[in-house]
Amino acid sequence: MARSVKTSRKAVTTLVAGTLGLLMFFPVLWIVILSFKSEGDAIKAPLAVLFSTDWTTESYGAVQARSDYLKHFSNSVVISFGSTFLGLLVAIPAAWAMAFVPGKRTKDVLMWMLSTKMLPPVGVLVPIYLIFRDLGILDSRVGLVFVLMMINLPIIIWMLFTYFREIPGEILEAARMDGASLREEIIHVLTPMAIPGIASTVLLNIILAWNEAFWTLNLTSAKAAPLTAFIASYSSPEGLFYAKLSAASVMAIAPILILGWFSQKQLVRGLTFGAVK
Amino acid sequence: MGRIQLSQVSKVFGDVEVIPPLDLDIEDGEFMVFVGPSGCGKSTLLRLIAGLEDVTTGSIVIDGSDATTVPPAKRGLAMVFQSYALYPHMSVRKNIAFPMKMARMPQDEQVRRLEAAAQVLNLTEYLDRRPGQLSGGQRQRVAIGRAIVREPAAFLFDEPLSNLDAALRVGMRLEISELHKRLQTTMVYVTHDQVEAMTMADKIVVLHAGVIEQVGSPLELYRSPQNTFVAGFIGSPKMNFIEGPEAASHDAHTVGIRPEHIDVSSGSGTWTGTVGVSEHLGSDTFFHVTVDELSQLLTVRAGGEVDLHYGDTIHLTPNLDHLHRFDERGLRIS
Amino acid sequence: MATKASRTAARMMISPAVVLLLGWMLVPLSLTIYFSFLRYNLITPGTNPFVGWENYYWFLTDPSFKAAMINTLVLVGGVLLITVVGGILMALLLDQPMWGQGIIRIMVIAPFFVMPTVSGLIWKNMFMNPVNGIFGHIAQGLGVEPISFFSQIPLLSIIFIVSWQWLPFATLILLTALQSLDQEQLEAAEMDGASWISRFFYIMLPHLARSITVVILIQTIFLLSIFAEILVTTNGGPGTSTTNLTYLIYVASLLQFDVGMGSAGGVIAIILANIVAIFLMRMIGKNLDA
Ligand SMILES: Nc1ncnc2c1ncn2[C@@H]1O[C@H](COP(=O)(O)OP(=O)(O)O)[C@@H](O)[C@H]1O
Ligand SMILES: [Mg+2]
Repeated sequence: MARSVKTSRKAVTTLVAGTLGLLMFFPVLWIVILSFKSEGDAIKAPLAVLFSTDWTTESYGAVQARSDYLKHFSNSVVISFGSTFLGLLVAIPAAWAMAFVPGKRTKDVLMWMLSTKMLPPVGVLVPIYLIFRDLGILDSRVGLVFVLMMINLPIIIWMLFTYFREIPGEILEAARMDGASLREEIIHVLTPMAIPGIASTVLLNIILAWNEAFWTLNLTSAKAAPLTAFIASYSSPEGLFYAKLSAASVMAIAPILILGWFSQKQLVRGLTFGAVK
Repeated sequence: MGRIQLSQVSKVFGDVEVIPPLDLDIEDGEFMVFVGPSGCGKSTLLRLIAGLEDVTTGSIVIDGSDATTVPPAKRGLAMVFQSYALYPHMSVRKNIAFPMKMARMPQDEQVRRLEAAAQVLNLTEYLDRRPGQLSGGQRQRVAIGRAIVREPAAFLFDEPLSNLDAALRVGMRLEISELHKRLQTTMVYVTHDQVEAMTMADKIVVLHAGVIEQVGSPLELYRSPQNTFVAGFIGSPKMNFIEGPEAASHDAHTVGIRPEHIDVSSGSGTWTGTVGVSEHLGSDTFFHVTVDELSQLLTVRAGGEVDLHYGDTIHLTPNLDHLHRFDERGLRIS
Repeated sequence: MATKASRTAARMMISPAVVLLLGWMLVPLSLTIYFSFLRYNLITPGTNPFVGWENYYWFLTDPSFKAAMINTLVLVGGVLLITVVGGILMALLLDQPMWGQGIIRIMVIAPFFVMPTVSGLIWKNMFMNPVNGIFGHIAQGLGVEPISFFSQIPLLSIIFIVSWQWLPFATLILLTALQSLDQEQLEAAEMDGASWISRFFYIMLPHLARSITVVILIQTIFLLSIFAEILVTTNGGPGTSTTNLTYLIYVASLLQFDVGMGSAGGVIAIILANIVAIFLMRMIGKNLDA
């Protein structure tokens, strides 16, 4: 008896959670469906859309033809990966120092670093815009890589710090006794041991950079525009072409969705920003 | 070669003086044990020797040359940590080879030393495993292997056995002692366990709050402890201390007598007492006896099969040849 | 762990990060402050005279500033409320035994991966469009007047969209925290006769406190600068009904090219963010010790 009660309860939970999950996921699912419909079908009532059997990939072709998806895609890749890896190069040594050679002021320094993240971007928009204009790096990948590295740096340092702190200092001391230089200690011992944490950090920051939509919208116009800006150009009146908007949206979010799903474990860990065990 | 001399070495953390200035001379080839209660500064002292911490004052001389400011790796010492500190992402082979790789030793020499070490430590079959797949004792041996291949001037051990269960601990104790006999290399070994200290050491340093209480061979410490701290710390069960009129009758502030130096008899003796809790170890039995004349509890040793029970009355006679006398400051009166 | 050599090394290792962040903070910040005292418009070039507090005066007395402040507060507060409460409920649900937990979790996380411009556009067009959107179709099916989301309830619509994006984050963190709760504690409480409700309030909620702090902290940082969702849906309108502080300053700076005014707004935004930051930092400062 007890067992069947359990099963029925499990069934109800599954049903409720499944429904909620589907509701959360539905907008994504919906644009995937719409992207394979003709424009005429795409604006029909939902049930009519679901039951129409005409599938087409024409919208994808149209999107690439209209606004060169591949260019924006490569911009997104360069900007998000570039800013994350540069950030890592700066952050690993800093996190090493704070985690393994803590001093009286370490906590204050860390807090200060985090607090720079609270500087509202809009507060420094004007000077950054003007500096970039004068340096000629408005609408350039280099400029965006730098800006996104800077805005995510505090998060990268913070996350690496929390992961490094879990690594026993004795192991690094052992490496030091074994004759490893600081560089060798970090490359051969610390980094490999922290791989799961670093992976989570990298993933989360690639996603944050991929989806960043303040600086990417304000500092680019055409050349260096990543997918966030590419999509914004569909805001009107093309927004009324549902199939094309859907196709463009799917192409903008698919890379990150796929990346996210394949690395769920690291990501779930990373999504907590290292703050929850 | 591995002679280590500390002179006037002290360590201050913040404003706490963990180790007041001390002098210590560790001879080449000696098995030196630092023993003391936890928190007394043993690890700190070892880490000062290793170079993992800077000395606040004083100097450290290794094999005649001043090593006070030399970085850890250049001191020619190898250390085995309490947690073993193995590199979890490397195989046993890579762990052991790591110091040689860092020293950029020729490949064939690396292989030769690795195989020799694996042989000695019975690790040959496990070379391709990760540390996570090994038992505690095997991990311990990998840590030792990593130290051996460097052919260091001295080995430093920081409580290497404290993470092992009791049976393994006895086995590893023997292995380390044997290793020392074979290599004849200086070993500095930290433990809070006086049994480990007594069984392994050529020479013991008893530390208490960062201060060296006494340095000597195990038997010297046992026979003539220089103060009440050493007297109470070395030997198991603990020495009995008696103060008051009984001590005064021996011209001392405190007298100490070890449990094994009190004769037990059911007929007659110097003191009369009542048996309390008894601990039967098989070979020996320890009785906690409330002595009427002293109105205090004494621990005494009797043979393994003495038949006494809770509440029985017995008579005790201290063996006066083994009585230790101490003054008001706790120092030995000879 | 701390020899003089390693402390020197540590200082060297941390300095690139410190120098970069310091530069990133100080250079634009001082420029913003400097510009905020100038009459400086990019479309009317010429000398940029010093005008004292004039920009601040105009910015602060502009009715749209007050509106933007209120909108910002409502937006941040609304999204925090929805995501924290919703996140706790979702986490409690997902923590129960069920089939297909992995798939359900993937579906719940998905919105977090959707970039703000995309989510703004798909909600605006495919769902909230009164004629062709799904909500419109549903209303028609039910025979009621479809709501015109962005003219009738514009701010609420934006709160809804943003909450959809951030609910997965809150859920995930709280779920992770719940899963780390010692099961024996709950069983002990059950043995002690605690009801489900009291187990929730006396054991689960206190256990979640730290994670809730983290959720609020991280979300607040991001929510204060919500921008793209507004840009692609309402452009801050109708009127100023969806203009938050970020958007207001963007309009002044990059649409009206009024550098002076935009900078004055920027300084004000920084001051406000600092007030929030001090408050938030206190919270995590405590958590950092724990
Ligand atoms: N890095 C440090 N900073 C401050 N105090 C320390 C540090 N390392 C050790 N101590 C203090 O020094 C004392 C001795 O520690 P330790 O040498 O580890 O003792 P033992 O190894 O004998 O147990 C302890 O009171 C400990 O709290
Ligand atoms: Mg210790």
